[in-house]
Amino acid sequence: MAIAMVVETNPEGSSAPRPETHEQELIRRIQSGEPEKFYELIRPYERRVYAAAFAILRNEADAEEVAQEAILKAFANLRQFRGEARFSTWLIQITVNEARMRRRKDHPEMMEPIGELEDDEGTYTPREFADWHEVPSEALERREIRELLLEALASLGSKYREVFVMRDVQHLSIEEAAKALGISTASVKTRLLRARLMLRDLLAPKLAVGWFSRLPFQKGNKPW
Amino acid sequence: MVVACEQVWQEISNYLENDVDPGLRAALDEHFGQCNKCTSVLEGTRNVVQLYGDERLFRAPFGYSWRLHGKLADSMPRRRGTAYGWLVAAVAIGLVAGSLAVARSTTRTQPKLLSEHAQPGESIPAGLIVLVAGHSKVFHVAGCTFIHDKEAGIRSMEASEAVREGYVPCVRCLGKYLTNLAQEFIKKHAWAAAIL
Repeated sequence: MAIAMVVETNPEGSSAPRPETHEQELIRRIQSGEPEKFYELIRPYERRVYAAAFAILRNEADAEEVAQEAILKAFANLRQFRGEARFSTWLIQITVNEARMRRRKDHPEMMEPIGELEDDEGTYTPREFADWHEVPSEALERREIRELLLEALASLGSKYREVFVMRDVQHLSIEEAAKALGISTASVKTRLLRARLMLRDLLAPKLAVGWFSRLPFQKGNKPW
Repeated sequence: MVVACEQVWQEISNYLENDVDPGLRAALDEHFGQCNKCTSVLEGTRNVVQLYGDERLFRAPFGYSWRLHGKLADSMPRRRGTAYGWLVAAVAIGLVAGSLAVARSTTRTQPKLLSEHAQPGESIPAGLIVLVAGHSKVFHVAGCTFIHDKEAGIRSMEASEAVREGYVPCVRCLGKYLTNLAQEFIKKHAWAAAIL
């Protein structure tokens, strides 16, 4: 990966060369009149943008359309990107806004009541105590497992789903997730805890000990 | 420090994030060592984080990337020609024009038509009854031995209609019309000889 050096004045006031990452270099080149570099810049994030849109909209066609709109918007507004946040955070933030706008436009009846948007007080008590000790890494190769996980995620309220997706799917930090969603870090933590525990309650009975042996046999997956 | 199960559940997410102070972490570790219920909750929550964090879970629809790049290509600004580009284009036009001028000035005999395929057949008598067969794109006169795809059915029509529908004349049975056509064209447009 190419690393160029740029000289910037650091917060302490001294001028010292700081390494410019490949991504920063791409952004600078696009801003300087090489728009075709945007393909390279966006490639690592294409799937993540789609995943963020899908997690909010829960519909493949809408998610693809919104993902495209978000990426086109990022391209059109890249000159305004000042590098205060990571490019990925900025891009996901655009995607979240686009997806929310689409949801409001297409499904005004799905607007969450105001009470729903407030953080739940009180403690969440896990309901399920089934043993669920291990997750085979190949589990996600199975369509049934993926569908089960997506269904469980879709069943969460949007405020929990969005936080969970930002942190555990998009791997944003708590602070980045808070910024992307426009909420406080305390709310992110509260909602994240609930989302994780609710998903665990939904999935543990289905994916606990013995789930693998209950799945239908598939050609090409013989254990011997 | 001793912690109750309820407190453990409230801290599980922070515990996984490694966002608890060392004292609380030690107390939680001790609790997990003794409480199967809370261990089950911890393991399950850890599994949730691990499963959803795997990039194989969210699969974009087939062709998503390709369609996205198409949209991006549409929104890319069209490049304006540079001075160098314009210069190259001007030189190329000059070369082509010069070549044509040289070609015209050269005395040439009328060339023999090398191929008679796919002539439009405009000089064929309009009222001549011709035949088209099956999915063939060629029309023939009756009795032509080069009619293929007869099994799919033969239709008869006037030559003008066949030309209008886009059929081309058979070079075997209607070749004489085609040769005349090409020669008439060359007589009428002398510059064509230079190209041909």
